[in-house]
Amino acid sequence: MTSIPDYAHLKSGFADPVLDSQGVFRTIMSAIAYPGRIVTIGGSVRGPSPLSTATTAFCLTLADGETPIWLDAGARNAEIPAYLRFHCGAPIVDDPGGAQFAIVVDAAAAPRLHLFDAGEDEYPDRSATVCLQVASLTDGAETRWSGPGIEHAIFPRVTVPDWFWSDWIANAAAYPKGIDVVFTCGDAAIALPRTVKVEA
Amino acid sequence: MNRISPSKPVVWTGYNFAYLDEQTKRMVRRALLKALAIPGYQVAFGGREMPLAYGWGTGAIQVTASIIGPRDRLKVIDQGSDDATNAASIRRFFRSVTGVETTASALDATIVQTRHRIPETPLRENQVLVYQVPSPEPLRKIEPRESETRKMHAYAEYGPMLLTLYEDIARYGRVASAYNCPVIVNERYLASPSPIPKFDNPKLSHSPAIQLFGAGREKRIYAIPPYTSVRSLDFEDFPFEPSRPDGRCSLCGSETSYLEEVIMDDVGGRMFVCSDTDYCRRRREGKGEGPVRAARAKA
Amino acid sequence: MAHVAINGGEEAILKSQTLVAEQRRGDVAVPEITLAQIASQLGLAVDRVMSEGSLYDRDLAALALKQAQGDALEAIFLLRAYRTTLPRIAASEPIDTSTMTVRRRVSATFKDVPGGQVLGATYDYTHRLLDFALSETADDAPRADVSAEPLDARMPSALDPLVSDGLIEEEIRSDAEAYDLTREPLCLPAGRDQRLQNLARGDEGFLLGLAYSSARGYGSVHPFVGELRAGEVTIQITPEELGFPIDIADIGVTECQMINQLHADPDDLPRFTRGYGLAFGHCERKTIAMALVDRAMRAAEFGEKVEHPAQNEEFVLSHSDSVEASGFVSHFKLPHYVDFQAETRLLRELRARARSEGEGEPSS
Repeated sequence: MTSIPDYAHLKSGFADPVLDSQGVFRTIMSAIAYPGRIVTIGGSVRGPSPLSTATTAFCLTLADGETPIWLDAGARNAEIPAYLRFHCGAPIVDDPGGAQFAIVVDAAAAPRLHLFDAGEDEYPDRSATVCLQVASLTDGAETRWSGPGIEHAIFPRVTVPDWFWSDWIANAAAYPKGIDVVFTCGDAAIALPRTVKVEA
Repeated sequence: MNRISPSKPVVWTGYNFAYLDEQTKRMVRRALLKALAIPGYQVAFGGREMPLAYGWGTGAIQVTASIIGPRDRLKVIDQGSDDATNAASIRRFFRSVTGVETTASALDATIVQTRHRIPETPLRENQVLVYQVPSPEPLRKIEPRESETRKMHAYAEYGPMLLTLYEDIARYGRVASAYNCPVIVNERYLASPSPIPKFDNPKLSHSPAIQLFGAGREKRIYAIPPYTSVRSLDFEDFPFEPSRPDGRCSLCGSETSYLEEVIMDDVGGRMFVCSDTDYCRRRREGKGEGPVRAARAKA
Repeated sequence: MAHVAINGGEEAILKSQTLVAEQRRGDVAVPEITLAQIASQLGLAVDRVMSEGSLYDRDLAALALKQAQGDALEAIFLLRAYRTTLPRIAASEPIDTSTMTVRRRVSATFKDVPGGQVLGATYDYTHRLLDFALSETADDAPRADVSAEPLDARMPSALDPLVSDGLIEEEIRSDAEAYDLTREPLCLPAGRDQRLQNLARGDEGFLLGLAYSSARGYGSVHPFVGELRAGEVTIQITPEELGFPIDIADIGVTECQMINQLHADPDDLPRFTRGYGLAFGHCERKTIAMALVDRAMRAAEFGEKVEHPAQNEEFVLSHSDSVEASGFVSHFKLPHYVDFQAETRLLRELRARARSEGEGEPSS
């Protein structure tokens, strides 16, 4: 028997689920459309620790009963799975390869990118979006991003594990298959769709 | 039960904001994000029946309904005109189910839903252009089977499409289509620009705005992100020519806008006017977009 | 000025809708039709609208029919659009038609079947003579005699004896969650769940034509109606917090079990094969057509050559939905000035080019 989570102490979701999720979605859409730009999402939402405001808002906006979520070890605490089940109705899965959304709160210990679902040749959209919570979006090593959504080039400084950019080259090589990434930190986010070419 | 009467022009109560339920919006939103991540690839989505008929903009309506918020200003055009009946009908639908402000101005709008035209006014960053798409599959005319066209896209097997265009050239001396001319997005996916005149094709490429395409009946969503290469299919010896009717607008005098022919009488009298009514009006009112030439109707 | 002609779109729409309302009401000297009259006296129209509208609600279907001035496809469209706004609360347990409260049940393959043949209400043996008595309202309502003997509470399928003799393929049972075309797009190749849902929602006229074509020669269907039954079944759901099923409603359905031509699996003995049809309300024509087309689309599964429209899953599933089809076909009346004029200009250019090339050649 699994014990019933204590829903009485769950943190709340959006104050206005309809309009808040619309606002957050538009910002996420803008982030994906203009990769590399820092956006802020989530406002006053406070999810269970260690989910950042932006990660929480991302989940509340996009996840539901049709989107299996994978959580890293840091997110598998007493509160977060219950929170996501209650507010999103999302099934939590054990295999990163079976998830439509992956939530990584400890970027340093993140699984390598090939472990996530990159979709199929005929259905490259059936791939995972990985929400990677990082220490900083501005203090990492400078990288040069180019591709759709970027007029010439943009130079984000996201702190990522040292293997990340070489994994990203492999991800880009599989195009149109591939995963998409959203980096979050506090209430800020930067999107990295699979089309972005990164020179680290 | 909702006690509403849609024939009364009011904001409907009893329906969710923007008509769709939240689960449907999330599904469409997820499809939009993947569409932006794979430019030009058609994402199959769980399209719903809308209160407007299939073929009349239901795909774009679902896209608009899934992105629109109270701070948006919506413009809807059909054949370039805000006042065409179907555009007016869609605009009224959104006013009824969202209460958002609507506008005819391409400068003021945050979302422009369109059928068959791209506004003459250059769009800005973060403006969203939502295209109504009747038939999203550019390969359908040469291959009716979805199972096959999906494979052709998966492996970028676009040879048969090029061959079809080349047969046109052999027969007519040029590519024999004047609208809905297929494009290659981000040098990868063949996509339909929707039935816009080929005059508009160059505007698809490297636009600062976000371009979203919704096909309701065929249940497909695709996108062209900002600053993305969009190349019209052509051949080295037969380069793509975005053609335009010769002449200038009888109302505002524009010599660069796309013109529509208006028949004046039954003895062949006709004049040409801008198909983009907002652009034409703004020029006539002297608000930017170049000087208005003194112009009179030929008739 | 000519341009004025296309202005005033919004005002024109509102006026047009008032005109529709006026025409719908018709002659005000005639009493307005009530929803109760439609629901109870145009029951078969209501059944079709519920079935193809994918929404079981007699009152809403009656409203849709009234609003659509009796146009079934328009009414179906209204229900479908309304359905979009309804949240999903639960998924029901599969219905069990062997527990149906049967109103009519016939088998064309056995003279007598356990539970008996029940003729019930059918137009089959009415002579299609206009009944002028109906042109006047009657003072006394007709009453049919009811048998003193109740029917069997449980009426097993007439095909069961064939199953126990191994003469027909077993029903394919599956506990997998059924695909839902109202939530996800058609995905090809489609499983039988997608096909059956598509057919249940499909246009009766389209399915009827396809079924006819497959039985007439454009297909290899040799059907026998093993059983056709109509009546009420109970809908059950199992709420998560209870863990056992509870009854929530009774709905009317019609079911057709079609017995079809032999199939000989290389590793097994030959058997009859099945086609299946089920829809809301009383709609025998629809369910028979559905069962025929279902079987026709199983051609590939039985190693039969797929060569006719009714056997072509993609062709059938892509064109069966009246809401999709009528929307697309009707949209050609929307303005296409831009495309048409671009095409006309191209045509003029091509003609001019052909003419100038022709001038350069010696005339024959």
